[in-house]
Amino acid sequence: MMENNMAQATMGAKLDALPNKPGGGPAASGGIKLSSRDVRVFYGDNEALHGVSMDVMANEVVAFIGPSGCGKSTFLRCFNRMNDTVAGARVTGQITLDGRDIHDHAIDVVQLRAQVGMVFQKPNPFPKPIYENVAYGPRLHGLTSSKSELDQIVESSLRRAGLWEEVKDRLDAPGTGLSGGQQQRLCIARAIAVSPDVILMDEPCSALDPIATAKIEELIHELKENYTIIIVTHNMQQAARVSDRTAFFHLGDLIELGTTSQIFTTPKQQRTEDYVTGRYG
Amino acid sequence: MNQHTELSGHAAIRRQVEASLRRRQVREKLFHWSGIAAVVIALTLVGIFFGTILKTGLPAFWQSTFVMDVHFDPEVVQIGPKPEPMPGESPAAYQQRFNQWQLDLGFVDFGQIIHKSIVKQLPEAAEHPDETLALVTSGELFALRDRVVADPGIIGQTVRLKLLADANVDVWLKGNIDRDLPDTQQQLSPLVRAWADQLQASGVIQNKFSTAIFMNPDSRSSLASAGLAGAFMGSLFMMIIVILLAMPIGVAAAIYLEEFAPKNRLTDLIEVNINNLAAVPSIVFGLLGAVVFIMWFNLPMSSSLVGGLVLTLMTLPTVIIATRAALKAVPPSIREAALGVGASKMQAITHHVLPLARPGILTAMIIGVAQALGETGPLLLIGMSAFVASIPATPFDQSTALPVQIYLWESNELRNFFEGRGSAAIIVLLGMMLALNAVAIWLRKRFETRW
Repeated sequence: MMENNMAQATMGAKLDALPNKPGGGPAASGGIKLSSRDVRVFYGDNEALHGVSMDVMANEVVAFIGPSGCGKSTFLRCFNRMNDTVAGARVTGQITLDGRDIHDHAIDVVQLRAQVGMVFQKPNPFPKPIYENVAYGPRLHGLTSSKSELDQIVESSLRRAGLWEEVKDRLDAPGTGLSGGQQQRLCIARAIAVSPDVILMDEPCSALDPIATAKIEELIHELKENYTIIIVTHNMQQAARVSDRTAFFHLGDLIELGTTSQIFTTPKQQRTEDYVTGRYG
Repeated sequence: MNQHTELSGHAAIRRQVEASLRRRQVREKLFHWSGIAAVVIALTLVGIFFGTILKTGLPAFWQSTFVMDVHFDPEVVQIGPKPEPMPGESPAAYQQRFNQWQLDLGFVDFGQIIHKSIVKQLPEAAEHPDETLALVTSGELFALRDRVVADPGIIGQTVRLKLLADANVDVWLKGNIDRDLPDTQQQLSPLVRAWADQLQASGVIQNKFSTAIFMNPDSRSSLASAGLAGAFMGSLFMMIIVILLAMPIGVAAAIYLEEFAPKNRLTDLIEVNINNLAAVPSIVFGLLGAVVFIMWFNLPMSSSLVGGLVLTLMTLPTVIIATRAALKAVPPSIREAALGVGASKMQAITHHVLPLARPGILTAMIIGVAQALGETGPLLLIGMSAFVASIPATPFDQSTALPVQIYLWESNELRNFFEGRGSAAIIVLLGMMLALNAVAIWLRKRFETRW
């Protein structure tokens, strides 16, 4: 509870007075993209997340690290209201995207998810052709008026996901027939096809080999130009490699948030230090 | 020293493992062979089942049939020409003249025509018209009349016709009755029996493939021409009703319960009750149908509409449970993927979950329909075990169903004849099931998605 208060104190928990400088200081330029205030998540009567407040700046990569069950994935899924789909889950507190409350009645969850894309832990392409996988989102939201426009979106999405060269000759082949790393890049292409502002990545490399992982990390570097990325990872080297800032979670609390180099070299909290040096977790 | 004991310890453990290994292998072998034995026993029983049904049922498709020239003697068929509508005549007046003509035709003694035709083959039958007519099933008299109605020009002509022999003649000639039984226990008089043998020897009565069983409705006066067309149509109508009702209702209910329904006391209660309903004896649904559909809604009794509704009620729990299982089997990651790119819940379900669950839903449907098709109990209670001597043209007409027809035939007093008829009906019913399954397998193969 103490740490929780401290974390909040560092970041300024007041809803009406959004701080200009969130904890750790912004590492990237641009305004505040996402901000959470006292976000709590309950599964039934069990509180899984104990009031987390933090800001994410535009075009930065934030990594969430922490031992299993610390609530980092739960927190991530708050940003596109994926927890709505979990029976018995309840989210309190405030989350804003570009200053607008995402729980506002005026915002349809479909609209939100088009703006906040997600890549999941296990690659989950649809059992459909590669083309259809990428085209699904744009088609769903009516983003294109012609086939050629759709073709263009599919191609550029696959290009940006670094998959185009590998699949351009077999767009009709099922997406499920690709290798694990390719599948995950296909899922990223699918997510960016609807031009989101933010991409949430829930341990995107946990099911991949080191080469595929390296490709995804490279991709994250490139995507940073255009997107704000929040990535949950168990791999601390990965967090260190790809992220601008890192947040350490433990037992449902945000323990520490700072620039990645600060978290890994001079953590302020004892528990952060213990975790990043591998003493537990 | 220490090392030595340690080694011997290892050896002892290895011996123990070896001993237990032998035990495990014996058990595995036992398990293996008992599995094979179970399969062999099951296959043998199925083989016996099909063997006996085919053995008794297939011969019933071939019936003792008179193949002979029939002369439509104008002296016997004394009726005027078939009335045609006259110019200036009102439809009612024409109808009246036509009815009169049909009435006249009804008085024509077609038995005499058949008698004369048989006498040509068997001169000694001339003195015994009644015994002669016992050879031919009575339905053929009406078949001759229908021929005249269809084409009055046939009067005065001689046509080579196939007439079904009487059921008892068929039984006698096929040896389905003990020929050594005393006369008092025989169904036919000694004279008729002798004639039947004689006519068979001379080739007038032949064992011919008969379409009567497929084309005719049930009959109690002319047993040899009794068919299952009425029951078949009844079953077909009910099958269509069950598919049309149980499919959308069952799938929609399953989707709601599985995907949308909140988890609370009420939905728990509904769930428990659906599972319980699947285990309710089917005859209870018949009682429900009798009260609700016939007494409250005043739907026609014995109709395949009511039968279809009752079978739908009976099938629904099965369809719902199996459909929910199919929906549950779709990995949640697919749902998340769809929701993640901004599909609404309904879109995620219709675009991704349902197509993936389709093979399972189809299987659910087939199980339900097959179960409904073979059901007898509930139909007895809504009057579908009644004797219906016409082919239903709509689901509102009185009808019966294939399994009920089998039940009726197998309990007919002329067992010697209807045992074969019943088995033949079973073959038709099984054929219908196999066709249904074949369609299901074909559909499943078409829709199956490789992961």
